[in-house]
Order: sequence, then structure tokens, then C-alpha cells
Amino acid sequence: MTRQTIIPFGPQHPVLPEPIQLKLVLEDKKVVGAIPSIGYIHRGLEKLAQQKDYIQSIFLIERICGICSFLHSMAYCQGIEEMMNVEVPPRANNLRIIWAEMHRIHSHLLWMGLLADSFGFESLFMEIWRCRETVLDIMEETAGGRVMLGVCTVGGVRRDIPPELIKKVLATCDELQAHFDHFIPSILNDYSVKQRTVGVGVLTKEVALERGVVGPVARASGVVMDHRVAKYGAYANFDVEPQIEQDGDCYARSKVRVRELYQSLDLVRQSVATLPEGEFNIPVKGNPDGEVISRVEQPRGEVLYYLRGNGSKFLDRMRVRTPTFANLPGLLAMIPGCELSDVPVIILSIDPCISCTER
Amino acid sequence: MSAFSKSPWVVHYNCNSCNGCDIELLACLTPMYDLERFGVLNVGNPKHADVLVVTGSVNHRNAPVLKNVYDQIPDPKVVVALGVCTSTGGIFAECYNVLGGIDKVIPVDVFVPGCPPRPEAMIDGFVKALGILEEKRGGKDTGSAEKPTITLFPPAVE
Ligand code: SF4
Repeated sequence: MTRQTIIPFGPQHPVLPEPIQLKLVLEDKKVVGAIPSIGYIHRGLEKLAQQKDYIQSIFLIERICGICSFLHSMAYCQGIEEMMNVEVPPRANNLRIIWAEMHRIHSHLLWMGLLADSFGFESLFMEIWRCRETVLDIMEETAGGRVMLGVCTVGGVRRDIPPELIKKVLATCDELQAHFDHFIPSILNDYSVKQRTVGVGVLTKEVALERGVVGPVARASGVVMDHRVAKYGAYANFDVEPQIEQDGDCYARSKVRVRELYQSLDLVRQSVATLPEGEFNIPVKGNPDGEVISRVEQPRGEVLYYLRGNGSKFLDRMRVRTPTFANLPGLLAMIPGCELSDVPVIILSIDPCISCTER
Repeated sequence: MSAFSKSPWVVHYNCNSCNGCDIELLACLTPMYDLERFGVLNVGNPKHADVLVVTGSVNHRNAPVLKNVYDQIPDPKVVVALGVCTSTGGIFAECYNVLGGIDKVIPVDVFVPGCPPRPEAMIDGFVKALGILEEKRGGKDTGSAEKPTITLFPPAVE
């Protein structure tokens, strides 16, 4: 029997922006297993959400994760609205899509930059993050915050996007498209990038289904799964085609996300084109009662909110199942058999967001 | 200023943060804000670093890790705390698993307020930290930073 070595990876590690620890079991240079150990950023947010009233909680819930903040508040507000039978004005629904898809663009760009960083392609990382600032700028102009928007509320959104800014949003879309066309060939066609991603960290369709992965990780393994096709909110007016790849390796996951970037741009444009006139929020009276499950497709996959109200302004229970939590078992299936130097790339390829996993 | 404080190397540790502060810190290092023009370089090894950047509050699990990272940085060193989470726990202050600000575990030299702080504010904090680093190198005791206080109700404006 070969001797086994255990190498701790994390919690403080150069490629990981967030603390997660994996104990890697090595036989020579091959990784044969990974034992995760989490809990470094558990805060106890679900409990706190039960101590704040349901409107205050929105701001707390946005801070489950700084990267998909708007989508978290959107999922939560959708749940509360369903419980209280609030009909959201159509304009608010479209505005939500604009911000949600812009969040998806910024999150995918962030991920792409970190991936480039993980195999040492520093200039590509800088290039992608420079492009990402364009999205942040337009978010700041329309909502007032770069990463924490704070615009979603029960009954609609807190701010309108006036016509001048709408023009600017469209101009930004064109600018972004030009940026994408410039750097995306390096992610997809560059020889050295392909050497690090093609055939690395393969997750087959069977394992993907068995482990219940979600989002781009599932789609890259050939599982047709995108909650946007369920047509929640204003997605009812648009056709969203899930982007599927069959190979299940890091390269396939990159391809899925690249195509989603263009798809999101398209959705922003469509949503602007069909933006109805009228109100952007309605006053809400009363307290939530009953229980709902609210689901939203986030950049990393599907998030699930379970909310139970009791007729008072405090919720009885709030429970979040975040996409990274669902993707971690998949990650553990990808790692065995790879080289030690591939581990950072594989971990990043699922786009881990530990702070929402542990809350 | 000496050559020393013109090339401070930074190590980042994420305690209990929500990521908002982390991605803004990374945005600081990229071309738009470009902290590298002050010589700031993000490194992964605490033993190479002069500045420790912390985001988020502490809990029982990560407090020893934070202390460990801090202890590994050679003297003189400065600690920059980004976001309100690092000073009081911020929005998570009442959570059962949050012990409070990082000043419970390590001494802090600069607090940068905001949730998340703007990159401009972070750069300001870094520049301030560089001054402190220089003073520390001269053997001066700079003490630790005054902690921002929570005002639940801001004083009324006349
Ligand atoms: S200060 Fe705000 S943005 Fe920063 S980690 Fe804390 S909650 Fe997140």
C-alpha cells in the first residue's frame, strides 16, 4: 500500500477569497480524497432573521452573500409577497430582472477573473475585473450601491430607473458586449488555459444527478436545470434557454458561464425593451401568515427559501438552501484522481460562495 | 518615507464576512482603483506580509486562525480592519455565533467604516496604515485605533 499524506488546504489560502478547509488525502501526487471542514464563517443569520421584522430582514438577507445580494433579497421578497398575496406591479418585475441579470453578469465576471488568477494568468484577471467595473458603475448609478443595492422590497422595488438612465443601461450593454468579445476568446481558445481546464475535474451526468448539484455545475454535466424556465416574476415574458454542455469538466463549466454572460445581456435588453409604464412599488399592509417555498436562479444555481409566518411581523422560521451548499458534494466527487496542482482550479470551477453556505 | 513603506505586502483574511468587503478589496487591487501604484501587493503567505487586512467579525472557530495568521506576520506590522463587521459585528452583531469585533483577538491600527466601505475609503485606510507602519518601524508606539461606536439613533440635526 502506498503511503497516504494529508495536506490541509485552507482556511487561509491565496486562491481562496473565503475560508473553507479541505483536508486533501494524497497518494504520491494524486489526490485520492477530500474531507471538508466548514464552520469558519457561520454567523447564525437564520436565527437573527426571526428576531427582526420582515421588512428589516431584507437588509440582513442581502448580506447573506455580497456577490448575489440582490438575488437573495429578490427570493425573499417573492416569498413574502406570495404569502401576503401581493401583486407586484409589472414595472417592478422588469426592473428586478434588470438588476438580477446585471448581478449575474458581475458574478460570472468575478468568477472568471478568479479562475484566471488561480492558474496564474494575472493579466487576464485584471482585464476581466476592469470590465466588471462597468457593471458596478451602472449598478451604482441606478441603485446607489456598488455591491449592496438595497433596492428590493416587499411590494416592488424602492427606486425607479428614469428614462435617461435606461439609455445608459443600454449603452453599457453594448460596451460590455465589446469587452466580452475582446477577452472571451482567451478563456475559450487559449492553449495554456485549455491545458488547465479541459478534462480536469470531470463530473458525469449520473454523479451530478445523484449528488443533486445545481446551476452551471449541473448544466455543464448535461443536466437540464435552470429555474428561470419556471417563469417566476417577469421571466414569464421571456424565453430562457438553459445553456447545456455535456463534458462536465472545468472547461465545460467555463463555456456554460460564458454563454450565460451573453444570455444575461440579452435578458437585460429585452427587459428594458418591454419595460411597462406605471408604478414601481405598492404599499403593503398586514403581516405574513402561512408557509411558502420561494426559488430563484442565482449565478451559482438555484436558491431555495423556506419561510413560515405566524400573522405577526416576525417570521416563525426562515431557512435558506444556497447553491454552493448543493454543489459541495459534487465538488468532493470531482477531486479524487486529480493532481494536487489542479485542486485550486477545480474548487474555483464550482464558483464557491462559502459565506452563503454557512450563513 | 523609506523603501519599506513603499512596498507593503498585504495578506487578507476573511473572518466572518459576507463577501461584500472581500470583493471590494479585490476591486481595489484591480486596474480601476489600482492599489498597486502604492506598491501594495496581495500575497498569500503571512510570513511575507507587512499588512494584515481583515474583513468580518470573529466567531469561536476562526478566532484562533486569525490569531495564528497575525502571529506569523513579522514585526513591524499593521492591521487594517475593513467594514463595520470588524469593529462591532455590524449587522450581525446580535447573531448567536458572533463574538464581536476583531479587536477582541488582535490589536487593530486602522478601522475603515462602511458596509461595505467604498474602494476610495479603503485606499484612504491603506494610506493611513502606511504612515503607521513607518512610525512603528521607527520604534514608536502608536497604540491601537479608537474603535468606532455604534449610534443606534444619530444625534438630531439642528
Ligand atoms: S461590513 Fe457589511 S459588506 Fe462588509 S462583511 Fe460586514 S456585512 Fe458584509
